[in-house]
Amino acid sequence: MTAVMGTPMLRKEDPKLLTGENKFVDDIQVAGQLWMGMVRSPHAHAKVGTIDTSAAAAADGVHAVYTGAELAEMGLWAAPLPCAWPVTEDMVNPPHFPAAAEEVHHVGEIVAVVLADSRYGAVDAAELVEVDYEVLPAVASIAAARDGDNNAHSDLDSNKAYSWALEPNPEGVDAAFANAAHTVKGEFVQQRLIPAAMEPRGVLAIPSPAGGEVTLYSATQVPHILKVMIAATTGIPENKLRIIAPAVGGGFGAKLNVNPDELLAVTLANKLGRAVRWTETRSEAAFSTHQGRGQLQTIEVASDENGKISGVRVHLDADMGAYMMLITPGVPLLGSFLYTGVYDVPAFGFTCDGYFTNLTPTDAYRGAGRPEASYAIERAMDMLANEVGVGPDEIRRRNYLAGGGPFENLETASTLVFDSGNYAPNLDAALALAKYDELRAEQQSRRDAGSSKQLGIGLCTYVEICGLAPSRALAGLNYGAGGWEHATVRFLPTGKVEVVSGSTPHGQGHETAWSMIVADKLGIDPNDVEVLHSDTAISPLGLDTYGSRSLAVGGVAIAMACDKVVDKSREIAAHQLEANPDDLEFTGGQFQVKGSPDKALPIQAIAYGAFTAHDLPDGMEPNMNEQMTFDPPNFAFPFGTHIAVVEIDEDTGNTELIDYIAVDDCGNQVNPLIVEGQLHGGIVQGVAQALWEGAEYDVDGNCKNPSLMDYLVPSAMEVPNIQTGYTTTPSTSNQLGVKGAGEAGTIGSAAAVINAICDALSPYGVTDMEMPATPQRVWKTINNAKAGA
Amino acid sequence: MKIDMTVNGDARSADVEARTLLVHYLRDDLGLTGTNVGCDTSSCGACTIHIDGESVKSCTMLAAQARDTEVTTIEGMADASGELHPMQEAFRQCHGLQCGYCTPGMVMAATSLLKENPSPSEAEVREGLEGNLCRCTGYHNIVKAVMTAAGGA
Ligand code: FES
Ligand code: FES
Repeated sequence: MTAVMGTPMLRKEDPKLLTGENKFVDDIQVAGQLWMGMVRSPHAHAKVGTIDTSAAAAADGVHAVYTGAELAEMGLWAAPLPCAWPVTEDMVNPPHFPAAAEEVHHVGEIVAVVLADSRYGAVDAAELVEVDYEVLPAVASIAAARDGDNNAHSDLDSNKAYSWALEPNPEGVDAAFANAAHTVKGEFVQQRLIPAAMEPRGVLAIPSPAGGEVTLYSATQVPHILKVMIAATTGIPENKLRIIAPAVGGGFGAKLNVNPDELLAVTLANKLGRAVRWTETRSEAAFSTHQGRGQLQTIEVASDENGKISGVRVHLDADMGAYMMLITPGVPLLGSFLYTGVYDVPAFGFTCDGYFTNLTPTDAYRGAGRPEASYAIERAMDMLANEVGVGPDEIRRRNYLAGGGPFENLETASTLVFDSGNYAPNLDAALALAKYDELRAEQQSRRDAGSSKQLGIGLCTYVEICGLAPSRALAGLNYGAGGWEHATVRFLPTGKVEVVSGSTPHGQGHETAWSMIVADKLGIDPNDVEVLHSDTAISPLGLDTYGSRSLAVGGVAIAMACDKVVDKSREIAAHQLEANPDDLEFTGGQFQVKGSPDKALPIQAIAYGAFTAHDLPDGMEPNMNEQMTFDPPNFAFPFGTHIAVVEIDEDTGNTELIDYIAVDDCGNQVNPLIVEGQLHGGIVQGVAQALWEGAEYDVDGNCKNPSLMDYLVPSAMEVPNIQTGYTTTPSTSNQLGVKGAGEAGTIGSAAAVINAICDALSPYGVTDMEMPATPQRVWKTINNAKAGA
Repeated sequence: MKIDMTVNGDARSADVEARTLLVHYLRDDLGLTGTNVGCDTSSCGACTIHIDGESVKSCTMLAAQARDTEVTTIEGMADASGELHPMQEAFRQCHGLQCGYCTPGMVMAATSLLKENPSPSEAEVREGLEGNLCRCTGYHNIVKAVMTAAGGA
């Protein structure tokens, strides 16, 4: 077999998805199922008064109606919804139950549920429930939470949830700013984003009244985590729970939570002895699924007269929303280590205050903390370039870690050790691919001609943290779990291979990538490998998919389990060939005695021998079924250069992204087709934050654009083709040298686009542009700048 | 309310509530769950099917409005032997799908796009797919797939 790793093998997943054969949660129907309908608060902050459920309960096909207070009395909850990341000892974490009994804290919070025989019946009945509210003042923005008089939770005396700091060298930071030749300060808004995976979330809980088990199908990225957490929050024994993530239609972080609907479905199915299901509507998703970002950032950079950075200081005010969900408070921390970017920063300090608001809770969204960090430092680098009077490429070169050359295992000012990097060649490759000099010439000629269509060119040289995570590093951040991943690789008697992985795909193509790794490791055909996943009964050990961890942790675990298979096979081969194990070579799926090509055994024959167990070395266990739990020694740090080219119509303020160039370095690639797809999608998500998307709220905490009619997820019309290129700097954190690519696109693109817009408008003295850079906002900025000039 | 229609070549008749959306009839009553629902504002195109050869968002009409028509869903695209329709094959070759949730709708919309305009420019493909949202692919490979299916790439 020639190597398949590194080749663009077509995905194994596709035929089922292309024909509609795959089953998403809402596709699965069971007899006797009840549809759950949610009664949601129309107010962001209110006391719940009397609830009249009589009309709903009397409606045709309605089986039951429960208010939040009734659910609380039924003893369904052993504990509130979990937050796995109490970032400080004294973090405030108000209790959050699946349905509110006394006070609601965001629009859309559940106050009652109905169970009905049909999809439509559940919705109708929910509308018949009458709820009295005593409306309380809402805290509808971070600024209001920080500066205003109202509290998002009536029983708390402040909106502050926590203060967290990463200040390894405070004196150094002070000295850097005291002695700086140049300083720049950026204040940026990371607007709230609605993740909008195309498949809405949904659940189906199937009880076993006699046996006491409950099976939950959920559109989730984290079936394993969900199982532990449902056990902890409901008191249902963990060994009675089975969680299945069937086909899952995208996640982007939005499906890694433990949600009220999941807990309601499980507990009510268990109580009633009937299957219970719910699928969110798109407009409901703005309340029933967490949102991303939501930060006010202040970044200051100090440098010497040449623009060589001497210090970076960052402060965030972060919007938790109404409650702490699974990793809500930790998201800003995930970014904290990246505010020094790819640069050699002698002194760094970071502080973050988390605040409660009366808005939908925030949590992880593609990149989780890292796109925000990359945005701030990359915007600040452009500001510094202007201040010093050099180009954006030059300011970066002057500050790259290791002078822009190759390095391994380098400790940075933010205390992390970067596995490997080689930044200047990556920048050079991107500039060449973009024909950067020609773009600059074109820009100049448009300016000279007084064109109303200004060209802007924006750079972003990002780094990101992938492969979450070394368990000890998580312990240091007070995270409530480890970061390992588990794999089993087993030969079946007929020579086919089953791989069981604890990673949980939702579009990433794991079945293909894992098959490729196994094929190369065992010298077999990738089509002889079947990958099993996403069902806690089949893959009992796992920590799921988020944080660009699947390949760098889960894929590596598979590779290491394969190594164990090869080791065991070698013992058996040596025994059967009567040779010394060290005299055997393993190539092309065969063990062969060195120098005696006729003395050889294919690995499948050895595996069959392990199954029959007729002739194994003394004391060896039968079967070929090897397991590996891999806890990575370090994170992996992919990097890259993204260049956005925008054309701004001065008359309308419209920004068109006319070209996008991305040269990424994610270490070794298992499947370049999949890598490229991940980058394309990630890039467009970041571009969308820069140009179009943002959840908008009025002062009362109502989301003004919850539907896809108003929340502008881009279509094919709005985005260009993307030019991609790669450099390859293998990771030192794992044996495959892989880093991860799932979030890289998003981490590089928002800054590149806004830098391009500011670049286009720099002749007018424009230095910043808030996201999303809507035509209205751009037009206003141009006109204000012109008026001020 | 009684309705008759042909779905993927089979005559189907049923008694449905008058307000039943076509997409729910296909999914919940006929078990043709390849047609997906991604929104409640006819914005996403995940539910796109063909009615009498024209692409339609099946969440925007009632089942009763499709009475006496020929409906084709994604399940009707591959041939009886399981060979993929050329558009499905192009999506596969070009990695035009990731999670696959938008894919049935995209394939249906793209097929009818090429029927109307057999050799579109890239810009025409992008414009033609404006009503279909994908959150995974960034559209690059979807556009490439449609161009490939058209023989233009
Ligand atoms: S479900 Fe029909 S357009 Fe979105
Ligand atoms: S492939 Fe996931 S939405 Fe298009």
